[in-house]
Amino acid sequence: MTDYKMVQLTSALPPVPPCIASIPPSAPRRSFLRWITGLCGTVASAVLGLPLVGYFLARRKREVAWVSLGSIEDFPVNETRMIMFDSPLRQPWDGMTAHTGVYVRYEGRDEQSVDRFLVLAVNCAHLGCPVSWFPQSGLFMCPCHGGVYHANGERASGPPPRGMFHCVWRIQDGRLQVQAPHYPTLQDTLDGTV
Amino acid sequence: MLKTIGNWLDARVGFRETFWPMLRHPVPRSLEGPMGWWYVFGSASMTLLLIQIVTGIGLALVYVPAADQAYESLLFLDYRQPLGWFLRALHYYAGSGMVVMLLIHMTQVFLHGAYKYPRELTWTVGVVLLLCTLGMFFTGQILRWDPDAYWGLAVAGSMAGRVPIIGPEIVHGLLGGDVIGGDSLSRFFALHVFVIPAALFAFLALHLWLVLKCGISAPPVPGIIVDPKTYDAEYEKELKTGVPFFGDALLKDILFSSLTVIAVVALAAILGPKGPSGPPDPTLGGVNPRPEWPFLWLFGLLSLSPPSAETFIILAFPVLVIAALFLVPVVSNRGERAPSRRPIAVLIVIVTYTALGALTYEGITSPWSPKMTAWSGDPIPERIVLQSTPRRLLGAVVFQNKNCRNCHALDGLGGTRGPDLSTIGTRLTRDQLIDQVSNGTPGGGNMPAYGGRINPAEMALLVDFMVGLRSPNQPPAEAYGLSPTVETKEAAKKP
Ligand code: FES
Repeated sequence: MTDYKMVQLTSALPPVPPCIASIPPSAPRRSFLRWITGLCGTVASAVLGLPLVGYFLARRKREVAWVSLGSIEDFPVNETRMIMFDSPLRQPWDGMTAHTGVYVRYEGRDEQSVDRFLVLAVNCAHLGCPVSWFPQSGLFMCPCHGGVYHANGERASGPPPRGMFHCVWRIQDGRLQVQAPHYPTLQDTLDGTV
Repeated sequence: MLKTIGNWLDARVGFRETFWPMLRHPVPRSLEGPMGWWYVFGSASMTLLLIQIVTGIGLALVYVPAADQAYESLLFLDYRQPLGWFLRALHYYAGSGMVVMLLIHMTQVFLHGAYKYPRELTWTVGVVLLLCTLGMFFTGQILRWDPDAYWGLAVAGSMAGRVPIIGPEIVHGLLGGDVIGGDSLSRFFALHVFVIPAALFAFLALHLWLVLKCGISAPPVPGIIVDPKTYDAEYEKELKTGVPFFGDALLKDILFSSLTVIAVVALAAILGPKGPSGPPDPTLGGVNPRPEWPFLWLFGLLSLSPPSAETFIILAFPVLVIAALFLVPVVSNRGERAPSRRPIAVLIVIVTYTALGALTYEGITSPWSPKMTAWSGDPIPERIVLQSTPRRLLGAVVFQNKNCRNCHALDGLGGTRGPDLSTIGTRLTRDQLIDQVSNGTPGGGNMPAYGGRINPAEMALLVDFMVGLRSPNQPPAEAYGLSPTVETKEAAKKP
């Protein structure tokens, strides 16, 4: 195949004048110039590149923020409700996208008369779709691929590989507080259980 | 006067010397014939790309890539900005058209063996262009910032989270933070407007350069074989009698591109802009997220695959598909080009498109998704409750109330996740029904066990209703002497 276009392209350029090609290099000066160019080039790339790489790969520290969901008396025993709040992990410009919900179920007091809560993220453990609670049948159902969970968050059927994600909660001054949930995935759950 | 300016410019820029020969480069003569019509799809997708650039810039003048304003700015574009709706619609349909044209273009190149020597690299760069275009489609869907975008991002995050070890880092990088929000949107805006377009233009320039450099392949002729040793000389001979590209050969491109533009404009004007489907509030119920159409097949494949194969399909399958596309010219870069002599190539195309079509259809109907409103929204067909006994009517109420309809249809009405139960009375006996309802699918399959969620009285009513689900002239399952095995009887007693 002829490079007829290449011929056309390169023929437009004047040939290298013989005078440039034939200047004898003064060896020591030339090599010093090369050396210093290499050094400056490396330094320039490093001081420019490292902060840039740092910026793009940086991971912000995960905040621990507690959200109050209401006083204990607000939660009837063995009833699941969705409690909504604005995620404190939001950016100021997140608008309604910051709206977050968790499922809360008050399980009464255990033997040591400590209040027990079940706080579950809305995200399906399969691929993250929002599950809905059906009090009539006592099941959570996922609209995406038909994952179903029991009221206690355990997997009942369908594709999810595990039960729902449990949020970290605590009781402070008679109020239920929950750690603002990040987006949970199989390897990055909310309570550290994989 | 104009001529003087032109000459002045050309003396400095050298347009006539460089670009004119490029435009006039010879192409095989047979392109002037009807076979030339096969060569119009690449330029059509480029024409659509031009529309995307112009409409994209136009949309960027109004659109606000911030989570709290994006939705409002889209509504403003749709309803207030003069012709904003049209630009949004055009951007969507021209983008869709681009994917369609690319697919046809690639299929043609594949079927005609045009990727063979010496055009292997042209094909490879073309695959990169397809990936860039799909990347534009996905990132563009996120910019629509409606519930589909939000939950699409959630699904993408969950998929990425399955990558071993570095999964959480990737999720964080994808979402730009710990939650889906403004950071995620900005990220996808940067990808959609800066990063991917830059890559797309660079690779497009390379693609076009390669087309020029290697020349346009002649339409395949059965029996004429590509042999790297002799091909160049033969092609050169062919070009001796060739015709200039900037001439009649270009006419077909221009005509087809014009028709494509007319079609896209018509679609945009008639169908209007796509979405936003609702405000980006993740606590609003009733979401049923669906990916955009180029990804529906993957959604279908994923949903139909057994859970054990799922992580493999999510992580490895796309890599394998892309690798296979890249490797096409490596596997065969010589030999016959005519499709009539390459049955395997034809077969691959047929199988691929059949599979893509079937999976896309599954993705559209998505029978694996429960219908979350069916239990309260879909009535029991009149035929079933007409002249029912009171017990059966009560059983029907239990059936609705326990959300069975979300997965089970009656006379085609309701969810399709589980089987339609209109005639279940002919297939399962009373005991088998009790077993199925209480224990669900064995091994934690698709049906949850209702054992603890239904009391004995409700169960009795429910089963009364279900054994009667058959048409009057069909015998009940008991009539076949189908009696449950001892184990299932035992299991049925447990709850
Ligand atoms: S995301 Fe819930 S079942 Fe797939």
